[in-house]
Amino acid sequence: MENRINPTVPDAGNAPSSGLKTALAWLYVGVPLAWGVSQTFIKALDLFK
Amino acid sequence: MATSTSWLDRSRTIAGPGFNRWLIPPAALAIHLAIGQAYAFSVFKKPMGALISGDVNAPAPTDWTPGQLAVIFSIAIVLLGLSAAVFGKWLERVGPRKAMLASALCFSGGFFISALGVSMHNIWLVYFGYGFVGGIGLGIGYISPVSTLIKWFPDRPGVATGMAIMGFGGGAMIGSPLAVALMAYFKDSAPMGVAPTMLTMGAIYLVFMMFGVFTIRVPAEGWKPEGYVPNTQHSTLITAANVDADTAIKTPQFWLLWVVLLTNVTAGIGVLETASPLIQETFSDVSMGEGLGVTAAAAAGFVGLLSLFNLLGRFFWSSASDKMGRKPTYMIYFGLGILLYALVPTLAANHSLALFVIVCCVILSMYGGGFATVPAYLRDLFGTMQVGAIHGRLLTAWSTAGILGPLIVNYLHQNQKEKGLTGAEAYQTVFYVMAGLLVVGLIANMLVTAVNEKYHYKEEAAKKVAA
Repeated sequence: MENRINPTVPDAGNAPSSGLKTALAWLYVGVPLAWGVSQTFIKALDLFK
Repeated sequence: MATSTSWLDRSRTIAGPGFNRWLIPPAALAIHLAIGQAYAFSVFKKPMGALISGDVNAPAPTDWTPGQLAVIFSIAIVLLGLSAAVFGKWLERVGPRKAMLASALCFSGGFFISALGVSMHNIWLVYFGYGFVGGIGLGIGYISPVSTLIKWFPDRPGVATGMAIMGFGGGAMIGSPLAVALMAYFKDSAPMGVAPTMLTMGAIYLVFMMFGVFTIRVPAEGWKPEGYVPNTQHSTLITAANVDADTAIKTPQFWLLWVVLLTNVTAGIGVLETASPLIQETFSDVSMGEGLGVTAAAAAGFVGLLSLFNLLGRFFWSSASDKMGRKPTYMIYFGLGILLYALVPTLAANHSLALFVIVCCVILSMYGGGFATVPAYLRDLFGTMQVGAIHGRLLTAWSTAGILGPLIVNYLHQNQKEKGLTGAEAYQTVFYVMAGLLVVGLIANMLVTAVNEKYHYKEEAAKKVAA
């Protein structure tokens, strides 16, 4: 996979990251962003009324 | 010292085997979505201007004036540029985690201090809180993930930084409705509900930003994506060498990019500052016919639409620059920008509402794109070694534009009004001057060439100097 790190680098504190962990991270920032965008979009619709 | 083994240390943030680099953009977004709230600060202006009277339509003589309140954002935006410039090298040394924590503490701390200032009705405390301390949080936060993202995504730096800087645009979209909802909730417990809203927002942002602090990782020395081959096909502008921050500011390329950013941002502010009054005055009931004019609510919708395009432009243009190259992308910003800015007064005069809206949206997308593409441009010219610090220094152009833009717009508009011009005519000069500014930016961008090898960082020479 293109995003795998060089395995020769020692680091005990940073375990491999799962797809679920990555998906949850994107949800964490994606949900508030989507809420903000939807609020702005609703406001923008006033222009076309 | 205990700090040598601190979890905040750069050495403790080096990613281990199997780390998924797609965790880094959410970490960066956690910071940028929070600090982007700065663009929504205006939502506090009216309530803060009526803390004594309790009525936004009838402020008391002792209430804070709009002029006093405008200073808060100005201080914050100046401190953003200054702190990004001052703390850039510190960030490169200590790593992104410590910088993100500093940003989170300063940004949320700014809210807490301001809440106290609002409770005591002490404007100086608000200047110090949101403006000074919060502004430092903005500056450190803005640059903290940039260098890390570029190192994780050498194959697509534009996409990576575009995602993060898009978050700064999105931050206002979250911050504005959040503040409105909280002020409504707390309206009975404090004057206009402002102080508890600020306390709550400070706490929410602190928690939200901590996700970025915990998640951020730097790649190990020499790491690169599998199969990655440095791409130099676009032009000779992409260097494999590095230039340190102190040397970068001695190069003409740095100052040319400073002018590029300054002109692009100043011109964009010209549209943002005038958007609401311009569309209402130009497409009023008088010019469009009774009941067909743009209302205040529709104008607010227009501003919202511009914000959306500002956000989308950050990701779209920055990602496109990975394919097109950075210099050609800025040529589009300026070349197309000049045409569109010069076209706005004509569209306004002809009452072409739909075209007017489309043109303004494209302009704003390029305004956002200008912010998001510049870190990758710096990477191309100066390498990855201290790109965060160099980016920080370049952001002084943003601070300058933050002051210059509104000054130019307000002066020109006022000047035209004094000459008896009204509606769209009063804004004509603003747009022509902005188009002229873009010509300056276009020339500056055309003059950008590869950095002379004499400026490249040489490890042996640096070691000798250190010895």
